[in-house]
Amino acid sequence: MAKKDEPMSEGEEETEAESISESESESQSLSGGGESKGGLEYIMSLPDVPTKLPPHMELQRTRVFCNADAPIHTDTVQYSGAFAALGEDNSFRLDHFRKNFRIEVMRYSEDDMEFDMIGIDPALANAFRRILIAEVPTMAIEKVLIANNTSVVQDEVLAHRLGLIPISVDPRLFEYADNNAPNERNTIVFKLHAHCERVKGERRRHTVKANDLKWLPNGSEFLLESGDSNSNSTSKPKTHTSFSCSQDSLPEFSNNPIGFKGKLNDIIIAKLGSGQEIELEAHAVKGIGKTHAKWSPVATTWYRMLPEVVLLEEIEDEMAEKLKSKCPVGVFDIEDIANGKKKLTVARPRACTLCRECIREGEEGEKRVSLRRVKDHFIFTIESTGALPPDVLFTEAVKILESKCERVISDLS
Amino acid sequence: MGLKQDSSEEHAKQNQDCFECWFPFYTFDNLSDPMEKWLSFGKQLPYDSGIDKQFLAAPIKSSVDKYQLVPEFLKVRGLVKQHLDSFNYFVNVGIQKIVSANDRIVSSVDPSIYIRFNSVKIGEPSIPRDGVSEKITPQLCRLSDMTVHSRKSYPKIRLEKKNVIIGRMPIMLRSCCCVLYGKDEAQLAELGDVDTGTTKKRIIIDSDKKGNINASVTSSTEERKSKTVILMEKGQMYLHLNQFVNKIPIMIVMKAMGMESDQEVVQMVGRDPRYSDLLLPSIRECAKHGVYTKQQALEHLEAKVKKSTYSGASSEKVFFLFFVRVRRDSFRAKCIYVAVMLRRMIDAYLNKDTMDDKDYVGNKRLELSGQLISLLFEDLFKSMIEEVKKRMDMNMARLSRSSRFDPLQYVHGDSISAGLERTLSTGNFNIKRFRMDRKGMTQVLARLSFIGTLGHMTRISPQFEKSRKVSGPRALQPSQWGMLCPCDTPEGEACGLVKNLALMTHVTTDEEEGPLISLCYCLGVEDLELLSGEELHTPNSFLVIFNGLILGKHQRPQRFATAMRKLRRAGKIGEFVSVFVNEKQGRVYVVPDGSGDKNCSILKTGSINKRCVYIASDGGRVCRPLVIADKGISRIKEHHMKELLDGVRTFDDFLRDGLMEYLDVNEENNALIALYEGKSTPATTHIEIEPFTILGICAGLIPFPHHNQSPRNTYQCAMGKQAMGNIAYNQLFRMDTLLYLLVYPQRPLLTTKTIELVGYDKLGAGQNATVAVMSYSGYDIEDAIVMNKSSLDRGFGRCIVLKRCSAIRQKYENNTEDRIIRPNREGDGAGRMQILDDDGIAAPGEIIRPGDIYINKETPIITRGPTVSPAGLPDRAYRPSIQTFKGPEGESCVVDKVALFNDKNNNLCIKFSIRHTRRPEVGDKFSSRHGQKGVCGTIVQQEDFPFSERGICPDLIMNPHGFPR
Repeated sequence: MAKKDEPMSEGEEETEAESISESESESQSLSGGGESKGGLEYIMSLPDVPTKLPPHMELQRTRVFCNADAPIHTDTVQYSGAFAALGEDNSFRLDHFRKNFRIEVMRYSEDDMEFDMIGIDPALANAFRRILIAEVPTMAIEKVLIANNTSVVQDEVLAHRLGLIPISVDPRLFEYADNNAPNERNTIVFKLHAHCERVKGERRRHTVKANDLKWLPNGSEFLLESGDSNSNSTSKPKTHTSFSCSQDSLPEFSNNPIGFKGKLNDIIIAKLGSGQEIELEAHAVKGIGKTHAKWSPVATTWYRMLPEVVLLEEIEDEMAEKLKSKCPVGVFDIEDIANGKKKLTVARPRACTLCRECIREGEEGEKRVSLRRVKDHFIFTIESTGALPPDVLFTEAVKILESKCERVISDLS
Repeated sequence: MGLKQDSSEEHAKQNQDCFECWFPFYTFDNLSDPMEKWLSFGKQLPYDSGIDKQFLAAPIKSSVDKYQLVPEFLKVRGLVKQHLDSFNYFVNVGIQKIVSANDRIVSSVDPSIYIRFNSVKIGEPSIPRDGVSEKITPQLCRLSDMTVHSRKSYPKIRLEKKNVIIGRMPIMLRSCCCVLYGKDEAQLAELGDVDTGTTKKRIIIDSDKKGNINASVTSSTEERKSKTVILMEKGQMYLHLNQFVNKIPIMIVMKAMGMESDQEVVQMVGRDPRYSDLLLPSIRECAKHGVYTKQQALEHLEAKVKKSTYSGASSEKVFFLFFVRVRRDSFRAKCIYVAVMLRRMIDAYLNKDTMDDKDYVGNKRLELSGQLISLLFEDLFKSMIEEVKKRMDMNMARLSRSSRFDPLQYVHGDSISAGLERTLSTGNFNIKRFRMDRKGMTQVLARLSFIGTLGHMTRISPQFEKSRKVSGPRALQPSQWGMLCPCDTPEGEACGLVKNLALMTHVTTDEEEGPLISLCYCLGVEDLELLSGEELHTPNSFLVIFNGLILGKHQRPQRFATAMRKLRRAGKIGEFVSVFVNEKQGRVYVVPDGSGDKNCSILKTGSINKRCVYIASDGGRVCRPLVIADKGISRIKEHHMKELLDGVRTFDDFLRDGLMEYLDVNEENNALIALYEGKSTPATTHIEIEPFTILGICAGLIPFPHHNQSPRNTYQCAMGKQAMGNIAYNQLFRMDTLLYLLVYPQRPLLTTKTIELVGYDKLGAGQNATVAVMSYSGYDIEDAIVMNKSSLDRGFGRCIVLKRCSAIRQKYENNTEDRIIRPNREGDGAGRMQILDDDGIAAPGEIIRPGDIYINKETPIITRGPTVSPAGLPDRAYRPSIQTFKGPEGESCVVDKVALFNDKNNNLCIKFSIRHTRRPEVGDKFSSRHGQKGVCGTIVQQEDFPFSERGICPDLIMNPHGFPR
């Protein structure tokens, strides 16, 4: 249909509907004169039978309309036969999905990325978001053995603060500890020994930062109290971990010591006054964000539907200036047209945050500008905490969703 | 067919749309504007004849920003200065007065032997330990429980001659005797008692339950306290006094005081025929009793005196209105006083409007700790003197004395020290000498939050019982404007009775009366003695009443008042002396003249006794500073404020230079106060410093209170005190029974000026939360809130609870002592002793579980009987008396601190502070700063929480249905 490509720039929907009804009546008259092969297939093959939804329905199906009072047409139609009467097959088809699904990376940096996920159901986009927040594992400090803490920060608070520091290590190299004894495959051990020297006549302060945490590849150095000394005189004294080998002898870590990277080094753990001391050992294990937010690999991750800002009429001069100044994020721009006139254009629709300032005037405003959302186009943002790069996190999330699906299938069969 | 949406789903989406509306954070600058609209009624526009063009054309007065005066005021006076002032007054002046008023103990056996107190002095805070007195600090006292409830250190009262210690005195923190005095350490003052009550020393005309009119005067001096009531019953007037069995006809009293002539009485009351009409029944009653002369009246009175108390005392000794001094046996002053009371009663009878308003703040006096302590001290001091005298006499009466007689040995301070301590710790002021029996006068200062502490120190509680179902005293009094906070009052039974001081309120202390009285006479007050009854009430003359005492009259009251005020502004008399001219003109009565025509004759009755000049210098009045204006132009100019900012001018300089002055509630009635300089008119006499100072400390913390429904502000005032956060700078060194601290307290993003002034931005409570307003999950109905689990994981609302356990190593009478021994590391029970150090006391930093032993103590089996050497006692002479930690199961607590000290009885005492860190859970209460409380209904994972277009995920969700409309 010729009209299909430019429905947005058209004025009101009513006129569109009228034109459609015209074409339909046309097609009926034409079909009367055609050959008859019989059956639905024949009818469908007729050139005038509409194979697509009428434009206004198509718009409702693919867009959310954000009106001043409330958004409308917010649902996604799932039922395969929803549009059967109109000849539209609404069933989900894998090949269609394959053909239409796209990912376009908009911004990528070490710890955050923004990409467009196009042609996907919101339920799936949401599934990725949820998995990223709660189910992609990372390593985080879970157990803190405090030998000495004379700082003003209480032991529990100190442990809590340590737990929230993101460790820059690939969690895929580790196993879940569960109830196993801590070993080199499930535990990372850090040591912290900070001291603020007492100098006479001086008020010293010392800031303990994350880079003061030193990796102990050989595991804990603190001895277990209960182990009786006389029997173990020959063997290695028992500690809080049972490492069979040093972690830096493992190929993954031999050239890549575990620690914190970049800005994570500057995370403040505590501040010490003169004479105060902290001595502790921190054991990091693998876990997921569902148990505690410290294991969440993302600071946050979210998506939003692609905004679509459509000017329903030509907006010029004063009104154009007014609308432009109204928008706090600068969606609109002004273009000079002939005879010194100015015209409003939509320059950056992606920036729209749906504040609806531009349509707040009520009826008038809604007639001028239409704010819409594309239902299957998601602008997805991942802000990593630093353990893994955001793209790796996303692929991990996909893998987790995959394994979940496999589990459902296997359980069902 | 169009696509119809499921309506419920649509609803849900709409709600999701709501989560863009976070709580707005406004900027501060626009505060003054709406406030102005709200508060401006101290001002009148010139609206005489249409539009005054000159007024419109006049340049807009540039108003000087006087805000800086508020912090300056608080720097000088402090938020709780009224307590300190009153205590300092007692320590510096009051105690000396009491002692010099009772400075002699004369033996009745041999009057040549007497003890005389020359002067009294309060030493430095110290504590005797092993015979040596050590200086102590409040922190030490706090830790070592030395002073049980009152938490005060004890210095000594010495007598200069021979320096006899007559007692130990509890000291108010930060007062001039305290070691913290004059140090600008950020240590907060901690008071043991915040007991303010109200008392009246004025003629209060009121009607009792039967609708009878009565006039009452309550008064107290250093000697005694009484209430004199004159009441009207069945048209006759009676005097009611505690010392009499029943009420006495007033005329008999007048006659007893020497007013034998009825005519004189009538003249004194007033010659108006309506006055004498009303007096007539009383005169008749007197005649009925057959009392005509002074002698007869005295005999009549003597018969009625309560025999039990003053048996055989002559009626001359019956004290009533005793504060009116009787000079040379002349009762004239008393007669005049009674006459004035009668006159006002009759006025009230004739015209209900002249009734005094009992709830008028100007009629109330606050009793601060200094006054109460001085009362207590006086009583104890007198008791001690009596005791010493009795002992002296006993010793003197004995004929044979073996040792040298030293009367000073009887002077020792045990009774005073014990009495002071007992009264302060129980709070029961039971002083027979002053017939004072009040309970709950001392309160332990609330220490659960910083704001709670400050709020507690500005609280005013009434004397009478709270259960009274009255609405009058509970209502908001217009006269409490600027003095008492209009918002801060509790809900429930004490609603409206318990009040709080506003930010700039000052409570006066007593001032020397003598010089002021003579000044009044110098300024043209005609002495009462010289006036006849007739002259007393001549129109155009005003009675001068000084602290409730009639001094005389003055012909030109305004001139007199202006002179007094000028002297005050010049600093010649005390800055808190108030001069109030009650100029209430004689009311205009419309009396129909019977002719029936519309021209009613208008009779002007000057109700003279309303026309008074009141001068007050007594303590307990509330007052506040105001900027003086001359013809509506503020005396404070831009350059003054600049000097203030540059630090060359202080608040006191403003007072000294006559730019500002303190006004009490009565004097405010003589002033026209403009809220802003720009709104002043030529009639304006004063200008407010800052409008927000009408609020107290608690109400001042509310951002935009004028946008709230009024009860919300009241709720917030009660709730702000419960907020967790910082308590004091020494919070981590304190050993309170219970202490709640927030792990990550924050400074509010939106502050008010009051917040900066009280230091709430430095010792804050609470956290800034991201809030979504939407319906969510159904666990948020009825003001419940939904919380984000990840926020809680990251430390939102995390708090520390510190509880205290203590143990004493007791000494027994047979010289034995408890012992704390090394724990048994093996065998059964070793598990429960894990946290003990080798000295048998739990180590700080150890995790303590319920059932764990925190002190391994043993008690000797025999604690009585003959003295035993404790060293030689075998192990089996002891039985274990371990102390185990009892806490809720499943909570992991940590021993935070352990403190060892000697208590009053020199026993070793050990205090343990047990710490527990909690994260918010379902059922915990959370609140905004607008009286919007709610409990946590459920905790939800972050992935189930809504998120905004920009990825913000709220910390908690509030239900929009819970917002007051």
